[in-house]
Amino acid sequence: MLELQNVSVIIDNKKILDNINLKFDETKFYCITGPNGSGKSTLAKVIMGIIKPTKGKIIYNGIDITKKDINKRAQIGISFAFQQPITFKGITVFDLLNFASEKILSKKEACLILSKVGLCALEYIDRVVDNSLSGGELKRIEIASIIARNPKVAIFDEPEAGIDLWSFQNLNNIFKDLEKNNQGITIVISHQERILQIADEIILLNDGIVVKKGNINDVVDLIDNKKCCKQVNYE
Amino acid sequence: MNKTEEMLKFIDASDYQKSDAYNIRSNGKLVDRKVSPYINIETKNDKNGINVYIKDDTKFGIVHIPVIITKSGLKDVVYNDFYIGKNANVIILAGCGIHNDLHKDSEHDGIHRFFLSENAKVKYVEKHYGEGKGSGKKTLNPVTEIYMKPNSSMTIDSSQFKGVDDTLRVTKAYLDNNTTLTINEKIFTNNSQNAKSEFLVELNGENASTKITSRSIATEDSYQEFKSNIIGNNKCYAHVSCDAIIKDNGKVLAIPEIFAKNVDANLIHEASIGKIAGDQLIKLMTLGLSKKEAEEAIIKGFLK
Repeated sequence: MLELQNVSVIIDNKKILDNINLKFDETKFYCITGPNGSGKSTLAKVIMGIIKPTKGKIIYNGIDITKKDINKRAQIGISFAFQQPITFKGITVFDLLNFASEKILSKKEACLILSKVGLCALEYIDRVVDNSLSGGELKRIEIASIIARNPKVAIFDEPEAGIDLWSFQNLNNIFKDLEKNNQGITIVISHQERILQIADEIILLNDGIVVKKGNINDVVDLIDNKKCCKQVNYE
Repeated sequence: MNKTEEMLKFIDASDYQKSDAYNIRSNGKLVDRKVSPYINIETKNDKNGINVYIKDDTKFGIVHIPVIITKSGLKDVVYNDFYIGKNANVIILAGCGIHNDLHKDSEHDGIHRFFLSENAKVKYVEKHYGEGKGSGKKTLNPVTEIYMKPNSSMTIDSSQFKGVDDTLRVTKAYLDNNTTLTINEKIFTNNSQNAKSEFLVELNGENASTKITSRSIATEDSYQEFKSNIIGNNKCYAHVSCDAIIKDNGKVLAIPEIFAKNVDANLIHEASIGKIAGDQLIKLMTLGLSKKEAEEAIIKGFLK
């Protein structure tokens, strides 16, 4: 179990997260949603260790990991798919998957991972992870790097954004596979209603505060779908 | 393995005997040479160096011409000329390894001139390496001049990764119609090393094109300088890219110069210098690499 206890993040005197208390159970699919600037990405980065909380604790399987570095958290099974995939000069897709899996993959194994994100593996395996790849291709490679890790806690920051011409069903299958194979926790940050619909639990954030936890029916009334940036309607 | 063999290994020249032709120079002297019916190598009469003749229509010829210096205090200057026949297609593997355990400075200055005939195609690979415990400097100053006849093409891959204290690398090229020159340069410096690269490329012929890519990493107290001067005298294309990573007290100066003298000349220069991007480190750390391992992986990829 992953637990956030009284977690606050203050940056430049602005409270980004305000006393967050959350518990995440194994084999559950969580969706964190909320308007832009509500603190969703910050919350995910706090779990990965990319942002250190100003206050509060993060407990994973009974161990306080608040002070653990990013790579130490990665080594105990936490992984994070970036909203904007990071590009490199010279590092290939194959290199990235090898780093992610922490072993030397055979080309066949690497191809199998890439095929799960809908990429024709042989075309991509030796490509450099740079801007010669489209946004959609980079996004899929980013997700592939998470699959390669077999994570216990898989965090995806807006995984569906930019994945054009690829079915939502495939993305859903990836989440289900990760849950099934690793008996782990899946946390997805998303605005997408179809992702909200498949979540076991939705966490609605606004202004750095957890406004509501529950299933789609519990939160649907709080989300105004008519507005493009989806405002939260709560009192 | 003796020191010469060891140094040959460091500049990827261990298997030179498999080449069609080779010329091995060690401490200023010829130690081994082989020629083929298509590739001839002759010693110059007027000065140090060799003439390499590639016959017309030679296909997939490989020539190895490494230089090794293991004697402290030696300054070796050689003039090597390469005459590439029409329609010939060759790979030329050069490089210099200096081992200096003493206090006197060792230096190798290789002045290489390439004369490419019509339709000739050359790949030139040059690797530089220095080592040794002594305080004597290890200096390499290669000069490369390239004269390209119509429809010829040349690719240069040069790298210097370790142990060379001072380098001034000068490349000059003169391109005729429908010629292509591609240069990939990779340099890593540390300690208080200096590495300077200068490129002068004159695009004289119609549809002449060049692509120059420099990737460099300057660490500790080292200094690097990249100067390029591209002149477009005709309808032509040039793309120059200087990409540098700096660490510690490393310093990099990039001086781009592009001069279009024809309205159809299309010349581009890009330069970026900076430390390793923080988000790249973070991404690799989320994959379980330590900060140091992530840095090494990024540098290795960058210089690949």
